Amino acid sequence: MNGGQDLGGVHGLGPIDPEADEPVFHAEWERTAFALTMAMGFYGLWNIDKSRHAREAIHPAKYMTSSYYHIWTDGLIRLMLDAGLVVPGEVHLGRQEVAPRDLHRGPVTAGEVAGILGRGGPADRPLDAKPKFRPSSKVRAVRMNPTGHTRLPRYLRGCEGEIVSHHGGHVFPDTNAHGKGENPQHLYTVRFAARELWGDKAPANDCMHADLWESYLVQA
Amino acid sequence: MRVKALESLLVEKGYVEPAALDELIETYETRVGPRNGAAVVAKAWADAAYMQKLRTDATSAIADLGFIGRQGEHMVALENTDDTHNMVVCTLCSCYPWPVLGLPPVWYKSPPYRSRAVSDPRGVLDEFGVHLPESVGVKVWDSTAEVRYLVIPQRPGGTDGWTEDQLATLVTRNSMIGTGLALKPGQVKP
Repeated sequence: MNGGQDLGGVHGLGPIDPEADEPVFHAEWERTAFALTMAMGFYGLWNIDKSRHAREAIHPAKYMTSSYYHIWTDGLIRLMLDAGLVVPGEVHLGRQEVAPRDLHRGPVTAGEVAGILGRGGPADRPLDAKPKFRPSSKVRAVRMNPTGHTRLPRYLRGCEGEIVSHHGGHVFPDTNAHGKGENPQHLYTVRFAARELWGDKAPANDCMHADLWESYLVQA
Repeated sequence: MRVKALESLLVEKGYVEPAALDELIETYETRVGPRNGAAVVAKAWADAAYMQKLRTDATSAIADLGFIGRQGEHMVALENTDDTHNMVVCTLCSCYPWPVLGLPPVWYKSPPYRSRAVSDPRGVLDEFGVHLPESVGVKVWDSTAEVRYLVIPQRPGGTDGWTEDQLATLVTRNSMIGTGLALKPGQVKP
């Protein structure tokens, strides 16, 4: 979706202003927001693509002016409401009003955390279809403007690039975010000249890369 | 506070266990961070065979040092050279290689960096105090899928014969994102 999250090339957002010796968390509530998001994700009721979509669906004005753990918290609440884990009144008051949903298992314990994090969530999947492109193939990113989730940013759409590498089959976020299946596709790293994306004033030597699924690309 | 209320609710409903929340926080606050990535870079500088493995299969080379799992399932190493400088961003969210760098700093997740890293990387580098000659090409990597990138900065001069532990002190978090360079021997804080 062309939401507040699709930031590549946006102007006027101010200096980067990195903080010296920045701590991992700035406040207790950030620790809690992080841990709750992780712990609730462990149930597998939603996947990483659905989580990202829940965050990018926040109003753009709010998205661009919120700290990241606020965005995560908003996203988590949206996911839990959708999954029927909580009702709005409960979120407002912080107290139970309806019985918990039976998740057929207890909460993740402290002892299980390291194993879950270590296993991670690999996104590669076996794929019978042969890849359409190979390294050095010239490709063009398609023009599209889906209202749902996509990982093809606006600044690349319609632009021509070259395949740098092929990563095999990967879960396709555009369907996986919407409960329509993993539908793995070949994933490629594609290089775009800075001038192709940003015009003649861009340095001739510079380039941008993105990891793009096969259906985002056509032969150039 | 809204997050505190949310925590109380989720504990009351039996969805989360407080000890597990503490374990998650402690993991990323004390155990997983850029020291991991610095060990990878130092080994790559010191050991040509390891550097070669990083080039061909970074996920397994990094796993050899025990850094595995969430947000590092599919790793690629990007080697800076005399004529190439690599820089990593996630314009669409906050994708970052957790097992080697820990959780991302605020600026990495914020609109100013995410918007300009792709459209004006040299301006961004200037803001970080990195001034590159035109002859050095800047390669930006937008983490749009589940592939995660680790920049291998150039090894500074004057470090011949240094051990991996000594070399690791020169490797900053920003040098592994590409918004910094490795420190020179005289720049290390005691």
